[in-house]
Amino acid sequence: MKLSLNFVKDYIDLPEELNAEKIAEDMTNKSSEYDSAGKLINATNLIIGEVIECEKHPDSDHLHVCKVNIGKEVLDIVCGAPNVRKGLKVIVALPGAKLPDKTIKKGVIRGQESNGMLCSMLELGLDSKFVDEADKTGIHELPVDAPVGEDPIKYMGLDDEVIDFELTANRGDLLSILGMAYELGAIYDKPVKKIDLSHKENNENINDSFKVEVNTDNCSIFLAKKVKNVKIKESPQFIKSRLIASGIRPINNVVDISNYVMLETGQPLHFYDADKLNGMIEVRMAKNGEKLTTLDNIERTLHDENIVISDGKKAIGLAGVMGGLDTEITPETKNIIIESAIFDGVKVRKTSNELIRSEASNRFEKGLDPNRTYMAQDRACNLLEKYADAEIVGGTVKYDKTILEDKKIEVKFAEINKVLGQNIPDNEILDIFRRLGFTYENTDDGAIVSVPRRRIDIEIKEDLNEEIGRLYGVNNIEGILPELPLKQGSFDRRDRELRNKLIGLGLNETLSYVLVGENEAKEFNYKDVETIKLLAPMSEDRSTLRTSMIPSLMSIYKYNRARDNKDVSIFEIAKTFYKSEDKFIEEKHLGILMSGEYSLGIENKANVDFYTIKGVAEEVLDYLGYKNRYSFIADTSKIAKEFHPGISAVISLNNDIIGCIGKVHPSICSEDVYVLEINLEKLFDKKVGKMKFKEISKFPSVDKDLAVVVDKNVEAQKIVMQIKKSAGSILNDVKVFDVYMGKGIEENKKSIAFSLNFGKMNATLTDEEINNAFQKIIKDLENKLGAKLRT
Amino acid sequence: MEEQIKNIEEISIKEILNASNEKELNDIKVKYLGKKGELTAVLRGMKDLSKEQRPIIGGIVNKVRDNLENLISKKGKEFAELELKRKLEEEKIDVTLPSNKFIRGSKHPLNRVIEEIEDLFVSMGYDVIDGPELETDEFCFERLNLPKGHPARDMQDSFYITSEELLRTQTSAVQARVMVANQDKGPIRMICPGKTYRKEDDATHSHQFNQVEGLVIDKDITLAHLKGTLEVFMKKMLGEKTKLRFRPSYFPFTEPSYEVDVSCFKCGGSGCNLCKQTGWIELLGAGMVHPNVLKMNGYNPEEYGGFAFGTGLDRLAMFKYGITDMRYLYRNDVRFLKQFDQMDI
Repeated sequence: MKLSLNFVKDYIDLPEELNAEKIAEDMTNKSSEYDSAGKLINATNLIIGEVIECEKHPDSDHLHVCKVNIGKEVLDIVCGAPNVRKGLKVIVALPGAKLPDKTIKKGVIRGQESNGMLCSMLELGLDSKFVDEADKTGIHELPVDAPVGEDPIKYMGLDDEVIDFELTANRGDLLSILGMAYELGAIYDKPVKKIDLSHKENNENINDSFKVEVNTDNCSIFLAKKVKNVKIKESPQFIKSRLIASGIRPINNVVDISNYVMLETGQPLHFYDADKLNGMIEVRMAKNGEKLTTLDNIERTLHDENIVISDGKKAIGLAGVMGGLDTEITPETKNIIIESAIFDGVKVRKTSNELIRSEASNRFEKGLDPNRTYMAQDRACNLLEKYADAEIVGGTVKYDKTILEDKKIEVKFAEINKVLGQNIPDNEILDIFRRLGFTYENTDDGAIVSVPRRRIDIEIKEDLNEEIGRLYGVNNIEGILPELPLKQGSFDRRDRELRNKLIGLGLNETLSYVLVGENEAKEFNYKDVETIKLLAPMSEDRSTLRTSMIPSLMSIYKYNRARDNKDVSIFEIAKTFYKSEDKFIEEKHLGILMSGEYSLGIENKANVDFYTIKGVAEEVLDYLGYKNRYSFIADTSKIAKEFHPGISAVISLNNDIIGCIGKVHPSICSEDVYVLEINLEKLFDKKVGKMKFKEISKFPSVDKDLAVVVDKNVEAQKIVMQIKKSAGSILNDVKVFDVYMGKGIEENKKSIAFSLNFGKMNATLTDEEINNAFQKIIKDLENKLGAKLRT
Repeated sequence: MEEQIKNIEEISIKEILNASNEKELNDIKVKYLGKKGELTAVLRGMKDLSKEQRPIIGGIVNKVRDNLENLISKKGKEFAELELKRKLEEEKIDVTLPSNKFIRGSKHPLNRVIEEIEDLFVSMGYDVIDGPELETDEFCFERLNLPKGHPARDMQDSFYITSEELLRTQTSAVQARVMVANQDKGPIRMICPGKTYRKEDDATHSHQFNQVEGLVIDKDITLAHLKGTLEVFMKKMLGEKTKLRFRPSYFPFTEPSYEVDVSCFKCGGSGCNLCKQTGWIELLGAGMVHPNVLKMNGYNPEEYGGFAFGTGLDRLAMFKYGITDMRYLYRNDVRFLKQFDQMDI
């Protein structure tokens, strides 16, 4: 909302020393924030001049050398505008003048002295939608009677200051000059002046010749008034300049008056050419598929949630949004029906969101005061009579289901202070109500406040608390911490602990987008799930919720690879989503991606391989308390096709698949990239034992190595399990320390070497015990896995 | 004989002192003190001496031998020291060569900020709550006093997946969840950090961003308490000198509502590019919980009141670490990520 200070000063006397910036700051602290504040025309040292001589520049085919009379002297000025000519009244920027884009200096242009510049309104910073055609190509042409030597900005009525406020959705009342006047009145304690609604009415009665039918609940009040014999012409200067300051382009007196009244009162009006109506107006919901050509000459197809104005036969306007082309005011219009009405904000909002937003729809959406519906109509009559020579037809066609009386809200002083945490004296509270223009009756411990309907945002006592708080000055309230009982704040630290562990392992944490492309959303998943799509995505590559963390990490990898960051070890803990039997499931996953060098240093360099990322997986699972409960299963039927089929596995915990691990398929990524994903939801659901001390044996343990030759396809894990089973309780630990294929070993066989550690808690092991166990292991490995002891 | 011993002593001492390495010294030791050494030979020859002379000569020989042994051992030590010195010199390395790096991971700056906030509020007795990112219209809007068709919904263009379900546009959704879940309808003190989503994507907005929501419900909670709490919060995050400015605003779920600015930490309030010459940076939304919200979620507004606040974490992280472009947070360039690997108290 652009507030013209000249405009609002019609209704309130503001202290002289206040400029736009100061008012904007005060409003920011007590009411609404603003985007910009300052002069409408930001230019200095301007004067009205008359071109008294205009000769072609001797050295140029487009420049002119002019003598310009500015009253006290005659200046030589070189001008390049095509429309400069003898006798023209012009805006002269004197040397030293500051324009929005330049500062004017004395100079010499191709040998000719120039002591200033003749300006167009564009050069003075006026928006191009407000300027004449002459200004777009040349300089501004002032009327012939413009007074030489005076300030042109003042002369044009553009010596105004404007504050562009950013209003919140609840303060629809501030979308009017009157609303702003009440607001400033409350802040500066100044009364708001009465608006002039006076006008004469003729002896006719509109009700004899015109009727209004409202056939929908979405119109609460509809007033129609008729005026006759209007003269369409240019608006007076003050109307034009105030419209310009408010950001609305002047058209002609009649159209401008409807806009002017909307700006003043907040109530949008619509003017119909009365001779194009059939003596009636109907307000109803549109029919599905109904057509209407709006003012902007666009044919629109409507549906049953659009409110329309009809002439009884067809739609002639989109209520609250835009009028129709057929009944619009033209230069030939003589008689006018003035519509002043309130339409349902939700419906108008929906319609305007679908079709077009307008100054009117913006006001209907935020709600209006029905008192202003009456006021706006009378104000329009007042101005049309004065500035369009209109004859006002007597009477009003009226449909009104609204309540006009003030809202009564009871407040208690103690409660107000309790919410604000202050001790504002009772009389100070009452004084704030007075400044707001609210009347009140005292009660024992508070007041019953009468809130005028213009304040659509105030409905309950909490709303009045807010009024007191903001006008008392929230920045005058001193902050203190609440005195609440001491208690321990609780939160689930598992994500953080896990994050710290992974960082300790050298991984960098990322933050990626949940929304991915539809194809990405299906990749790398170890289970076949249904994806969730957005109804109306921003773009195809952000259309679907991810089901796996890996595609997100892959795109991060690609981003880095493209920037020559070769060593990428990253992780992220975040949500993934899928649909299961009509339910939307949200799951927290851990994703890890590793590629490139993992260990650094001259001699310790090492590249990530499958066993590196497997080590990370084990670190995670062990750290979370699942030691010895999980296994890696190379089952190609369960592994997504984006994995290398031979270098990948699912991770199983108590026979439940909780994740997957492996190398990215070379057809997807030519570099060696390893990924891991774990479903933390599943993991966190399972019980883990508490960390607990285990007694350390006081007796020595014995190490023994064992190497066997087995078929190439026998998995190490199988042999380890067998060794554990055969050895029984005296085996503390078994580790694979070497795998060998090649010379000395039969084809399709491999040698695999284990280091075994034996010991007992309560005694030293005897050689016999160890040998017995060792022999049993060898025998079992031979029998069950076809292993042969390597000699 | 005495003469002979003296001779041996003189010559051998000279030889010991002239020995130039460990081996020569050993040879000298063998030559004089070995089984077949010259001094040993003298001792052997003593059997030919008289009873009287034997102890005298014996004494002399032993003295000389002790003397030689001492000298040899001293000289030996010198050689050992020299040898050690030589060896140490030989082993000298270039300490400026690169280390065998322990790879250091790093925490994303956004999570650093979240953790700092969690720690602060947990220390003040707040619970940290995690709410769903796929939210219902009911919890994201309706239970927050934002019925369908409400103009304030325009501020939040949403990603719906059905007509009733969407990616949450605000962590405020968790407010209603916590109030509903609280069976005994007693006091609440919570924060909820998390991801939020809105349909906007430009240099200063990401369609996915992060917020933290705070909610306190109790008897006798005032606007002054909200101010005090936010002062503690912002001073912790942005420095002790930070000042707050409350501006009236509008959120359907609080009444009164405020936008809260912090004094610009770059210029200290005198005006700079970051604060657009205003001295203030808008950072939070806050207010007193709207009685409709209390009612809708099972609380009696005559008995309970409270405050709520929310802030964007992306901007907070940017301010805290001086990150110049919001998009860095989501690009995950490892050259960016690796910078955040330092203790940060």
